[in-house]
Amino acid sequence: MKRYSALSLLAGALTGHRRWTQAWRTPELRNSYDVVLVGAGGHGLATAYYLAKKHGIKNIAILEKGHLGGGSVGRNTQVTRSNYFWPESAAFFDHSLKLYESMSVDLNFNVMLSQRGILTLAHSHHDLEALRRWANAIQVNRIDSELLTPGDVKRIAPLMRMDGRYPVHGGFIQRRGGISRHDAVAWAYARAASALGVDIIQQCEVTGLTIAGNRIRGVETSRGPIATSKLALCVAGHTSVLAAMAGIRVPVNSMTLQAMVSEPIKPCLDTIVLSPIVHMYVSQSDRGEIVLGGGADVYTSYSQRGGVPVLQDTVSALTELFPAFSRLRLMRQWAGIVDITPDTTPLMGKTPVEGLYISGGWGTGGYKAIPAGGDTMAYTIANDSPHPLITSFGLDRFASGALIDEGAASGVAH
Amino acid sequence: MMQLPCPYCGVRDEDEFRFGGQSHITRPDLNCSDAEWADYLFCRDNPKGVNFERWLHAFGCGRWFNLARHTVTHEILACYRMGEPKPNVTGGAA
Repeated sequence: MKRYSALSLLAGALTGHRRWTQAWRTPELRNSYDVVLVGAGGHGLATAYYLAKKHGIKNIAILEKGHLGGGSVGRNTQVTRSNYFWPESAAFFDHSLKLYESMSVDLNFNVMLSQRGILTLAHSHHDLEALRRWANAIQVNRIDSELLTPGDVKRIAPLMRMDGRYPVHGGFIQRRGGISRHDAVAWAYARAASALGVDIIQQCEVTGLTIAGNRIRGVETSRGPIATSKLALCVAGHTSVLAAMAGIRVPVNSMTLQAMVSEPIKPCLDTIVLSPIVHMYVSQSDRGEIVLGGGADVYTSYSQRGGVPVLQDTVSALTELFPAFSRLRLMRQWAGIVDITPDTTPLMGKTPVEGLYISGGWGTGGYKAIPAGGDTMAYTIANDSPHPLITSFGLDRFASGALIDEGAASGVAH
Repeated sequence: MMQLPCPYCGVRDEDEFRFGGQSHITRPDLNCSDAEWADYLFCRDNPKGVNFERWLHAFGCGRWFNLARHTVTHEILACYRMGEPKPNVTGGAA
């Protein structure tokens, strides 16, 4: 792998940017691998990287039916945070945030992490009471969170309307929360994994799983069969479809989650603002676009297209809170599929089939989980035993009743 | 904007309705295992294809009904009242 540095950038510039090489290999598909990962999104790529880096397993294929980073990792709103309520989620997502903090150095790729803080608003006295409980729980989990007065909020986001239809009674902020460049995260893991010998196979759709004697033996694909004894599903919005190939029913509902960006404007919002009650969150990208999202379209859908009613609700909430944005034009609107579990906690770990692992149920928060998801899945696959951080995220929690009802997973009321 | 046919009121915009999840779920015997009970409580078909599902015309007549809807194209393939048997619908344009 050619290292990127200030010098390599300068050398690239002096040679007219004609000498840059491909960031990852385009390998030939072989007919057998030690580990096969389905899905070249954030979680698949990160899992492959940590398997190769920390566990010495390098004979790995990542199978992707479309193109690398074309699913949810390229469709989210780039938020990373660890302001979770329950200890299990807080420990996992703070591990993830810490890995984000060192990612650019670890992977030698600038993912443009900007820890600008995520500000959660309260619109009534009762909201504020709920936020106080949430913020205190975060502190008990040894993660930073600060309660804010309306004056503090106004100083952080001067464009916000404090006394409109949604009056602002205060809020709390996690200052380590932030945004990063989502494509760069996928590319960084792809480049680093490829350099360690991982084969990333694009345009290769999994059509079936080969299981004999309750053990995974291989996988059927659009480009022929592949033998493997370990296979992990890292497929975001298609966990039900893939798990059904192994006869496993997973407790997820696939829905559409949409996001949109305005035309670019000069810097005017240097934090992420989230309103749980009006169901809207907004930040400004480095390119100047106002990036906003809201709730999911609440019915089962694999369409990757958002409906108009949710778009209208999200935009009207934005313009109520930030009247200055009402004259902006939306440039793009898009959607991805999110797999929402009944307790909005991910599904991770082993399955009833030996050698088959699952990393799914990420709901609306898969992006922020990428490094920790990859790290813990790699451990789980290498040791055939769940990583200590994810022992309570298993499929078995639904029968045992040990749910982690994580209302903070999406940060908004569902 | 998705438009849904209410069997009582006719075709209306989707924001008059509330989604009620999968139809035709039968509660298992109360002596069933924890795994069967968990499946009944939490697992749904969640198909990429035709889904049989309940909808409530919340901002209309207030009544529940069933749809067979394709989850990729959102095409409505059948509309029928509560208590009626699952229609024989397959395929769809996708």
